[in-house]
Amino acid sequence: MAMLEVRNLQVGFDTPEGEVQAVRGIDFDLEAGDALAIVGESGSGKTQSMLALMGLLAENGHASGEARFRGRDLMKLSPGELNQYRGAKIAMIFQDPMTSLNPYLNIEKQMIEVVMHHQGLDRREARAHAIEMLRAVRIPDPEQRIRQYPHEYSGGMRQRVMVAMGLLCEPDILIADEPTTALDVTVQAQINQLMAELRRSSNTAIVLITHDLGVVAGLCDRVLVVYAGRVVEYGTVEQIYYQPRHPYTRGLLASVPRLDAVRGAGLNAIPGNPPNLLDLPAGCSFRQRCAEAFEACGEEPALRDLGDGHLSRCHLEPEQ
Amino acid sequence: MNDVVLRVQDLAVHYTVYEGGLLRSRERTIRAVDGVSFDLRAGEALGIVGESGCGKSTLARAILGLIRPTRGRVLWLGENLTELDEEALRRKRRELQIVFQDPLASLNPRMTVGDIIAEPLWTFFPKIATVQVEERVRGMMKMVGLLPNQINRYPHEFSGGQCQRIGIARALVLNPRLIICDEPVSALDVSIQAQIINLLQDLQRKLNLSLIFIAHDLSVVKHISDRVMVMYLGRSMEVSQQEHLYRRPLHPYTNALVKAVPIPDPRLARAQHETGLTGDMPSPFNPPEGCVFHTRCPYTVKRCRIEVPALRRMENDDWVACHRAEDLDLSIGKQAKLA
Ligand SMILES: Nc1ncnc2c1ncn2[C@@H]1O[C@H](COP(=O)(O)OP(=O)(O)OP(=O)(O)O)[C@@H](O)[C@H]1O
Ligand SMILES: Nc1ncnc2c1ncn2[C@@H]1O[C@H](COP(=O)(O)OP(=O)(O)OP(=O)(O)O)[C@@H](O)[C@H]1O
Ligand code: SF4
Ligand code: SF4
Ligand SMILES: [Mg+2]
Ligand SMILES: [Mg+2]
Repeated sequence: MAMLEVRNLQVGFDTPEGEVQAVRGIDFDLEAGDALAIVGESGSGKTQSMLALMGLLAENGHASGEARFRGRDLMKLSPGELNQYRGAKIAMIFQDPMTSLNPYLNIEKQMIEVVMHHQGLDRREARAHAIEMLRAVRIPDPEQRIRQYPHEYSGGMRQRVMVAMGLLCEPDILIADEPTTALDVTVQAQINQLMAELRRSSNTAIVLITHDLGVVAGLCDRVLVVYAGRVVEYGTVEQIYYQPRHPYTRGLLASVPRLDAVRGAGLNAIPGNPPNLLDLPAGCSFRQRCAEAFEACGEEPALRDLGDGHLSRCHLEPEQ
Repeated sequence: MNDVVLRVQDLAVHYTVYEGGLLRSRERTIRAVDGVSFDLRAGEALGIVGESGCGKSTLARAILGLIRPTRGRVLWLGENLTELDEEALRRKRRELQIVFQDPLASLNPRMTVGDIIAEPLWTFFPKIATVQVEERVRGMMKMVGLLPNQINRYPHEFSGGQCQRIGIARALVLNPRLIICDEPVSALDVSIQAQIINLLQDLQRKLNLSLIFIAHDLSVVKHISDRVMVMYLGRSMEVSQQEHLYRRPLHPYTNALVKAVPIPDPRLARAQHETGLTGDMPSPFNPPEGCVFHTRCPYTVKRCRIEVPALRRMENDDWVACHRAEDLDLSIGKQAKLA
């Protein structure tokens, strides 16, 4: 049994226009020390699937499916029970630091409350620990800076504070939602190194949600590619980067701007938009944007094993 | 150059912050932007990169008059914006628009997407017909990759990337002449990022739009920029033609940035371990004497700790602020092949 087993996870939102089917069945396993990347189109359900695990969906949201953490199904826990897991066993670094930091409390208050609650440290120890974490994420002058309020930090620094808060309780699973998106490359490299170290030293499992395929290549072992709320491809980083099978994954890799590209050539953007989740078209949900679509694609393809655990949801015959 | 549309001269923004308890509070100054100068031509794209907190957003806001600068001038078509009053500045914003860094926080949560995008139209053309506004708004939504039938939804119902597209549609709706994009694509996943970059590039060429493109992703900046400015601790370290900057940077900091770009290839990425930079980012309250980069620069000599290097012109109209620019060869040949 894996440390975390997610099965048929579904998330929907009630809106005046109808139900938004944000997540339509996601499965994955996570062992201690794993590093799994979740990549995919904006709006494909990456954030909401993780929020569902943490019991943090918006009021109009509802989730179903299973998420067994060390055998206990998180989806069946009461809010109070979930609270004991959140932050301590499973921590999440949010995508948008300004909406998850409290603007009226200084950083010190926000950090030490978490530690005191979950680890039973006293105020002085908690403060020292918080400063240590801020230093680890390269906040200059942490003893001074810890007393400041979120708006006094730059966007990137706020993101680093979020990383520090995620690491505070040394969780078993760290879910990092675009943790380095707002950061410049040198700090990004340092934070990725920090997560890699954490993984090695405490065997923390990492779920990294990102659109930066460069970071995934350096940090993760396996990749889950999602599209319109479903897994469309799954494999090791080598399988995904060197033998991408799903047309969406191929398009994704081709649209990455690279330093060695010729300027002015334009990027190979995937044409079109993701489908409307209120009114999903029949058949393969990538069909409207897929250059290789053919008659069979009017039927929804199943997730097929292409060998060696490499999965793809596409009707194309895998070439040998 | 007579086709210069924007000239920024010795621009500085200093923030005063108060810290400590009620009794022993003390005043400290952050020199968020400290003497930045550059020219921007009609139809030109200038990329701005640099460490988080180095003053990029502050610079952008100061150029648009959203923050009053402490010092310096911003000349838009020869007119000094820093001397205009609020009303005159507001009128200028038809020509100068910004797309903000923080997608969700920069959109009014109580307005529908349609109203958010239409607002600048109503402000500048109060007599415009409603049908015309709606048509324009739907057109903008389509152009940036939103579904026009989502026109009556609210920002919180969209993902981070979708919110960023709303901000871009709003900035483009008035057909401005200059757009400052503050990390406009960092929240987007690559397939849409590529569309938006192509879109901005397209608009820029078609409309002769000038573009200031702030980002921390050097590969994205490379794609869209004619020239690139590299900032560190509120100052500009290098302003070079894009082709030169990535092949043979003049400044050691530029070199470190280019070398740290993550490579989208698992084998190469695992081999790429050193970031080339050691040490912590200095506190902006207390920037180093001399060259602000000397505490992290691998090439520091005695002079660097004492004397501030001026931004000076090198060959081919590339500019650098480093005492040792002539004797360092920072060619990136090897990395370029790797990537
Ligand atoms: N409260 C809500 N009400 C209605 N729809 C919602 C709500 N929250 C999210 N959604 C929708 O659910 C879908 C999935 O959103 P999610 O935030 O998981 O996307 P994502 O994959 O994280 O995208 P991004 O890369 O842009 O962050 C989106 O289409 C979004 O519009
Ligand atoms: N309102 C403010 N009051 C005090 N200090 C501020 C304020 N806004 C920004 N700063 C400080 O000014 C410096 C520059 O901030 P700015 O937001 O311009 O950086 P940035 O380059 O845009 O960073 P990022 O890449 O993280 O967005 C930082 O040290 C920041 O903490
Ligand atoms: S099933 Fe058809 S439409 Fe879908 S990705 Fe495969 S080829 Fe394209
Ligand atoms: S002036 Fe000196 S410290 Fe500054 S970048 Fe040049 S060599 Fe390095
Ligand atoms: Mg998200
Ligand atoms: Mg900024």
